[in-house]
Amino acid sequence: MSDKVARYLLWASAAAVTLVIMAILVFVGKEGLLTFADVNPFTFFFSPDWNPPAGKFGALPFFVGSVTATVIALLLGAPLGLAGAIFMAKIAPGWMRAAMRQASNLFVGIPSVVYGYIGMTVLVPFVRENLGGQGVGVLVAGMILAVMVLPTITTVAEDAIRDVPVMLEEGALGLGATRWQTIWGVLLPAARPRILAGVILAFARAFGETTAVQMVIGNSPRLVSSLTSGTSSLTSQIIMEMGQTPPGSPWNRALFMMAFGLVVNSMLMILLVRWVSNRGVAR
Amino acid sequence: MSRARVFDRLATFLLWAAGLLILAILAAFLVRILGRGLPFITWDFLTSRPRSMGPGGGVGPELFNTFYLTGLSLLFSLPIGVGAGIYMAEYAKPGRFTDVVRLSVEALASVPSIVLGLFGMILFVNWMGWGFTILGGALTLALLNLPTLVRVTEETIRSVPQIYREGSLALGATRWQTTAKAVLPSALPGILTGVTLVAGRAIGETAVLIYTAGVTASRHFPDWDLFAAGETLAVRIWYVKSEGLVPDADAIASGTSALLLIVVLVFNLALALPLHWWQKWRMGR
Repeated sequence: MSDKVARYLLWASAAAVTLVIMAILVFVGKEGLLTFADVNPFTFFFSPDWNPPAGKFGALPFFVGSVTATVIALLLGAPLGLAGAIFMAKIAPGWMRAAMRQASNLFVGIPSVVYGYIGMTVLVPFVRENLGGQGVGVLVAGMILAVMVLPTITTVAEDAIRDVPVMLEEGALGLGATRWQTIWGVLLPAARPRILAGVILAFARAFGETTAVQMVIGNSPRLVSSLTSGTSSLTSQIIMEMGQTPPGSPWNRALFMMAFGLVVNSMLMILLVRWVSNRGVAR
Repeated sequence: MSRARVFDRLATFLLWAAGLLILAILAAFLVRILGRGLPFITWDFLTSRPRSMGPGGGVGPELFNTFYLTGLSLLFSLPIGVGAGIYMAEYAKPGRFTDVVRLSVEALASVPSIVLGLFGMILFVNWMGWGFTILGGALTLALLNLPTLVRVTEETIRSVPQIYREGSLALGATRWQTTAKAVLPSALPGILTGVTLVAGRAIGETAVLIYTAGVTASRHFPDWDLFAAGETLAVRIWYVKSEGLVPDADAIASGTSALLLIVVLVFNLALALPLHWWQKWRMGR
């Protein structure tokens, strides 16, 4: 293969990636935005009334459901993941670190549908018996998502902590700080931008997770009223209803608009990650 | 003992507890999945067809489709993903185009898989008019693989020592000859690790496939027809648990979950172990 041809083909591959993301934005965005030909945007975003056969397209419950489940996931998963990362980076002996690396890989290897199935058969009955309510809902969804984002947080945070210059750490220890004072006062602040970036990535992953959430959230299109009663999320509503809607109908388009909301959210998260990381570099 | 020392001990204790808790959660998951599922995995389960109503259906076609779809998706995504990765590592100059491509890779990596599924549905199911097909599913799945392949390839190629390139160029090789013959072979193990990563994800993926490859499988198998619907193992679990009508849905879901986990693990080992040995062998030479 000549140099020129190779160069052109490689360039085309890179351009193809850009083409794909553009196409996704255009196709999904177009279908979604057409919703507003039939539905008032204000109603779509702020009405809790979702009853498509009756022409009611209030998607608020799904936005709220997605956000609530994701926030619960981070409240549970981020502290544990960060603690795990500190442990791996600075405290665990070699064999334990190796075990945790493997564990992280295995967590990633478990398919999301299997997470959902475990949530459905273990956590939902457990929550129903111990906390009351229907069991399904944002709490179990958040618990499952917390486990699913653990590897993202531990991996990113461990690397961030490890990459803090040794000088800083030795300086603190040399001044007589204990290991914990060094971690808390020196390592974590120095690693903060990247840890934060990891948490944002985890947010994005949890927000877009579909099957695992759909299997445990209850799938009733009502606003979240308690941690343990059925509600729905953007992703689970899409996967539940997409099959029953004819292409081009307002119902179908409203689901696409929800998908577009997911895309816009993930784009914002990327920009946020970039902003957070750059701010860290500048200081 | 001073206050600081007490805190230090306490923190060490709590951090150990966090580490052990993470391992315990994983152990609980594994025990539950395998303990529940393994008893259902019989030869008959692995080779017989699923049933839509009565009990006793197997997952033969789904097992085949899982590998078929994953293989096809890699076939489509590998050349482009690796090509784009090489471009970003070896050819790209700082500038607008490079920035846009880099942002695109990040953006594509963060698009939720359900959105990829809907995109595939618009493109292949509706627009091309194929309906639910293995080909449409594999092409959509390829989009999921793409960003990871680009990123891993770029990182691996960047880590190849500069001397390799300089040596090759000094001997009169062209840029492409240098890339293909001096740089790529050293980057191969890293790229293959990336392949295991994406294959593992593809094997367990559901949201991309439900509305592209569909929730039904051929009556006979192996069915190589690219235009047949292709339910995979992961989609089967989702389908029997959320919409299916079979009375033994729990048995099927448990068995399939265990099977899926074993498939992912075996696949990782099957690629990781030879790679490990090969690297050792190369180092030893």
